[in-house]
Amino acid sequence: MDTKEIKSKFPIFKNKVNGKQLVYLDSANSSQKPKTVIDRISKFYSKEFSNIGRSVHSLAVTATNRFEETRDLVQKYINAKYREEIIFTKNATEAINLVASTYGEKFIEMGDEILITDLEHHANYVPWHFIREKKGAIIKFAKCNDKGEVDIDEIKKLITNKTKIIAITHISNVTGAIMPIKKIVDLASQKKIPVLVDGCQGAPHVKVDMQELGCDFYAISCHKMYGPTGVGILYAKKKWADVLPPYQGGGGMIEEVKKDNITFPGSPTKFESGTLQTAEVVGFSESIKFIEDVGIKNIMKHEKEILEYGLEKIKKNNSVKIIGEPKNRGSIISFTIKGIHPHDIATILDEDGVAIRAGHHCCQILHDKMGLAASARASLGIYNSKEDIDILSNAIKKCNKIFNN
Amino acid sequence: MDIKELYQEIILDHGKNPRNKSICKDFNKDAKGHNPLCGDKVHIFLKLNNEKKLEDISFEGEGCAISMASASIMTEIIKGKQFNIAKKIQEDFLNMIKEGSKLNMNSLTDTENMTMMSLSGVKRFPMRVKCATLAWHTFVEAVEGNKKIVNTEN
Repeated sequence: MDTKEIKSKFPIFKNKVNGKQLVYLDSANSSQKPKTVIDRISKFYSKEFSNIGRSVHSLAVTATNRFEETRDLVQKYINAKYREEIIFTKNATEAINLVASTYGEKFIEMGDEILITDLEHHANYVPWHFIREKKGAIIKFAKCNDKGEVDIDEIKKLITNKTKIIAITHISNVTGAIMPIKKIVDLASQKKIPVLVDGCQGAPHVKVDMQELGCDFYAISCHKMYGPTGVGILYAKKKWADVLPPYQGGGGMIEEVKKDNITFPGSPTKFESGTLQTAEVVGFSESIKFIEDVGIKNIMKHEKEILEYGLEKIKKNNSVKIIGEPKNRGSIISFTIKGIHPHDIATILDEDGVAIRAGHHCCQILHDKMGLAASARASLGIYNSKEDIDILSNAIKKCNKIFNN
Repeated sequence: MDIKELYQEIILDHGKNPRNKSICKDFNKDAKGHNPLCGDKVHIFLKLNNEKKLEDISFEGEGCAISMASASIMTEIIKGKQFNIAKKIQEDFLNMIKEGSKLNMNSLTDTENMTMMSLSGVKRFPMRVKCATLAWHTFVEAVEGNKKIVNTEN
């Protein structure tokens, strides 16, 4: 992979940070955007913009077409069987909230169980907490092991006749553990339990095929996929998209409105209320094209190479402790340095143009379990090179030097 | 400015070997401070006598070097002072961190001045200002407040 060429497609890398070249290692948080995506949004506003799905004038028709073409692209990209299964949301958080709220309202009762794991991002816990509070449901946490992964047996152990949904991450945003989604779906389907997958760290980095995975719901964060902020996608299997009630009420999501009754159309319309983030959705079509141009297999291969190089390089520094040792690891290296708080690490690295994340990464349950208040995290994207890792490694040594440890 | 101006020896020293990090005996006021964005936590304990003198002050907590050093430095400087003086020092400190103003307390010794000044580099790191100010806000809350929990985001 020619990362120089890849980087040249992302305008952000032309800028200096603190006078240094940018080493961006925070893609698990949000990825950078290729010029094609940025230009597409600009072109849409300059030449094609109008509100969609409402007016009959030419611009409205063009804008609607561009928006719906993106839905088709997404359907094809994740190999969903029906286009009604693709629902645009404002982010992956909203996608999970949509399911928790509508599925929870209709199918979860007092004493029912929601099965999640210790690895979940707050976005795949807090929405279920709301349902727990509202319905008197129970949340069970499948245990994460010392390697930072959740064994499928831990999930199996917790399934009961009361289990109403299994909500799990595809790839942990802290330990990088890749979960065996297909096996979990097979296990759940024997008991007819739907599975929701938080795909925030999955979709940008590995091949995702809805018909192959077989999950019932899959939440995607577009801004982590080289796309614009403000766009998320909920894949909802047709059997659920058909029966779940509307999410938020408003314009654009109704069939007929009378004083004594309101009727609603099918999916995705009933879930997409109000004026949507039209330009961003259209811009996201270029993200998919970008990923397809590079090729997801090439992305996987390249990121694996950089990941392995990074793990090896960082492990050589004795003061660094890498969090988790999963068998299958996504493009994430979380770590701590003895005697240096992660926020201090992040500040010192930033001085060298190295952008990482420090904190609990919205995974307080996991950090509590590991006995940590915070950790530092370097996460990869397609633009990262071995040179980036070298700069990271030297910047870590600088932390050691400043803190004299 | 070099990163070493943020992480000065004096800060690293207080961060590694914090002074007054304990629960002081016979404390009669306390308050907790929390920065939910980065997880810094501090719990301030103090013994205020009838004449409003800070007979003793200590803290417990965990967080980055800046937050721990700042808490440590604060306890060292305001211990034994009248609350109204300590509050003026706090205001002076906050002005230095947020506005970049010079310290203008006359009652501080040169060493105290220099110790407080060591944190002035934080101003250049906006994301870290709250780390430096958490303990100082919490100390005033312990004496004057009724929430007893300071949250940097509320």
